[in-house]
Amino acid sequence: MSGNHPGLSNNFSRSGVKFSWSKDNLKSIKNIISKYPKGREQSAVMPLLYLAQEQNHNWISIECIETIAETLSMPKIRVTEVASFYSMYNTRPVGENLVQICRTSPCWLRGSNKITNTICKATKCEINDTSEDNKFTVVEVECLGACSNGPMIQINNDFFEDLDEDSTKKIIDNIKEGKPNIIGSQKGRRSSENA
Amino acid sequence: MSENLVNIKINQKEIQVDKNLTVMQACEIAGEEIPRFCYHDKLSIAGNCRMCLVEIEKAPKLVSSCTMPLMEGMSIITNSEKVNAGRKGVMEFLLINHPLDCPICDQGGECDLQDQAMYYGFDKSRYKENKRAVDNKNMGPLVNTIMTRCIHCTRCVRFATEVAGVPELGMLGRGENAEITTYLEQSITSELSGNVIDLCPVGALTSKPYQFKARPWELKRTDSIDIFDSVGSNIRVDSRAEEILRVTPRTNEFINEEWISDKVRFNYDGYYQQRIDIPYIKKNQKLSSSSWEESLKILKNKLKSLKPLALVGEHVDLETGYAINKFMSNFGKDNVECRTDNQAILENLDSYRFNTPLNEIENSDLIILLGTNPKIETPIINHKIFKAYNNNSRIFNIGENISLNYQTEYLGEKLSNLNNEKLIKALKKSSNPLIIIGSAFLNKIKNIKTLKSIFSFADKYNVITKDKNNLNFLNPYASRVGQLILGNTTKNLCEPFSKLKKEKFEIVLSFGSEHIASEQFDNCFRVYFGHHGDEGAMKSDIILPTPLYTEKNGIFVNIEGRPQEAKKCHNPIGSAKEEWSIIKKLSEEFSFVFKPNTFEQLRSELLKKYANLSNLNEILSNDNTSPIITDIEFEDCKTQYPINNFYMSDIISKNSVTMVKCVEEIIPTPSLLEKSA
Repeated sequence: MSGNHPGLSNNFSRSGVKFSWSKDNLKSIKNIISKYPKGREQSAVMPLLYLAQEQNHNWISIECIETIAETLSMPKIRVTEVASFYSMYNTRPVGENLVQICRTSPCWLRGSNKITNTICKATKCEINDTSEDNKFTVVEVECLGACSNGPMIQINNDFFEDLDEDSTKKIIDNIKEGKPNIIGSQKGRRSSENA
Repeated sequence: MSENLVNIKINQKEIQVDKNLTVMQACEIAGEEIPRFCYHDKLSIAGNCRMCLVEIEKAPKLVSSCTMPLMEGMSIITNSEKVNAGRKGVMEFLLINHPLDCPICDQGGECDLQDQAMYYGFDKSRYKENKRAVDNKNMGPLVNTIMTRCIHCTRCVRFATEVAGVPELGMLGRGENAEITTYLEQSITSELSGNVIDLCPVGALTSKPYQFKARPWELKRTDSIDIFDSVGSNIRVDSRAEEILRVTPRTNEFINEEWISDKVRFNYDGYYQQRIDIPYIKKNQKLSSSSWEESLKILKNKLKSLKPLALVGEHVDLETGYAINKFMSNFGKDNVECRTDNQAILENLDSYRFNTPLNEIENSDLIILLGTNPKIETPIINHKIFKAYNNNSRIFNIGENISLNYQTEYLGEKLSNLNNEKLIKALKKSSNPLIIIGSAFLNKIKNIKTLKSIFSFADKYNVITKDKNNLNFLNPYASRVGQLILGNTTKNLCEPFSKLKKEKFEIVLSFGSEHIASEQFDNCFRVYFGHHGDEGAMKSDIILPTPLYTEKNGIFVNIEGRPQEAKKCHNPIGSAKEEWSIIKKLSEEFSFVFKPNTFEQLRSELLKKYANLSNLNEILSNDNTSPIITDIEFEDCKTQYPINNFYMSDIISKNSVTMVKCVEEIIPTPSLLEKSA
């Protein structure tokens, strides 16, 4: 993976907008923190980073870090350490749709390279780049755990499995046109039953 | 066999050690040296460098000895082929990304990696790949970073969090991308930040002012004492020819452990700025250079007819103080004053020193800060309080609501807030309470009954008991306790300096005290004995150059009452003369008795008279304790903290370029805060 992967950079930036928790998130935060013993509230830093990322258009800004540090009363650098360690916390802004292409051996053997090329062509952006219309950011990732249905990609929170070049292009086009997509296997398989 | 001991074998040698130790500590007791990078006995155990591998019988693989607890019957091997091969492997991995820039690295010659590579390194690399390069990080004006050299031992991160109490350093990323940095590359805001330089086992964190100045083997090492606060940290002054190039700590478990404050570590460039190198005399409102003969002649004539007063400054050693006392006693009584800040005292030692030994502060479970800001007055004591805080001690603060690096419970700004219900409740529960009363109150006390009341209060709530005295008096000046022991003070217990006005002195001799510039001496003839030209010298009629503490020998008594010796590092600048020799000369002119002919004779006469001071490095015993009255009554006194700016607290630091940079870059100014908001 190149150093430009949005989740693997150590450089954080400011969004310039104040970050404060939404009402729903405040509720879930209360719930999350209550799961940890008293005095160990800081353990909630990972779920809070996830919530912050969800609320903040899929990336962690310095404002997010400062808000989390305040919420959990822990040093800002400790939050930064966690956010920079895990690649699924994006340290810079990404497009509306974060396209993660699995490139680990099982998917790769089933042709993930072709999928990558198709996606790059369809979205008009390189790996680790964001498209000009800010609709897509394309990244390559390691195993997402759906090996039996490879090749596969993840777009935001949804898996798309059993891909080939045509189905991949269709998915991207549908997103561009705002049409709904079938989530999961593109060949009509249920779960990972025998093909 | 005691329950706490285990029998183990180290390299087939049987040994009995405490069972709570780790394998590495046991090996050290057995005299086996274990190489390490990340382990440091003052920090928590990380176990991430893997250099301390040892073989343990029945364990299938090599074990990192710093993280491994002992077990009964354990057999440890530290010198086998397998261990050697394992350590060599670790070293090879550490060196994959470590640059080969030892010739231009400041750590060269005192580098742990360099030393250990001599034992476990290969003569050539097996790697053809590019080495990784890491951007240097800003850590402020004191710590220079060359992050490519970093081996990620995380000692600095642990130091900042656990010792300095400023969790600002951290390791971002992971694996190949791991980088040590401060949060958003801001300056470290600790008064102890310079210690990361000593902790860093490689050349990643080095001293900015010392950069490219010298190699360790060219330096002359002199043991000395930190005189920029009252703790008396043990330091080592490294000099080449007639110039001091750096200051590093000496380990003293009773005082500073292994740390020193940034002020003494970095203000040495101020030693050579604005120095008074020749005598000056004021003629027609203008200072002009003079000779020793001329200036002493004028001084002698003035002393013959005018009523003299001597002020003793913050950096005056015991011998000088003794000589001043001896000389001034010829002119009468009550004409020497070291309490130029108006510190109130009772007559006994326990009313002006830190009665708790510094290494026992951490055992306290309740600490009351009364008008003191230990963070900037005495960073070492602040570290001890931080240790107590980490041991779940409650810290209460009375005075200004200062910000410290630990949480305090603020009770208000008046001394009478000691009667706060919450505090009294906590005091009654506490088993080892401790009070620190600082200059902010001491200097403002007008009625001596208040000071006695504090003693009564301490007695009432078990701060003072038969076998311990935890009522501590904190002032930030290195000379103070020693000078008070010598009796270099007037009879007024409170407001001694302000009351000097009434005495109508006509000639003021200041030994490094800037208070000579005070308005109350405007009609006096002023004589300044000192090394740095500032307001005090500017306003004086005669200026006589004297050496700095690094240019002469001297004993300093620290805040606990522990006499320690600062040794001469190089010759004085210009024609500066030691104070005692000037006094000797003057005494001869007046045919006063001043027997000592040499400094050694002076010291032995002093130590003969004050025999309890002759146990160097031992805390003075206290024979007389202050009287305790029963009724408690606190006056309302305003607080005024003696030091507001840690980096500019004395005349030497004020002249240091490094300290100026610290003020600019570390202390947040309003405009900077606005920018970041």
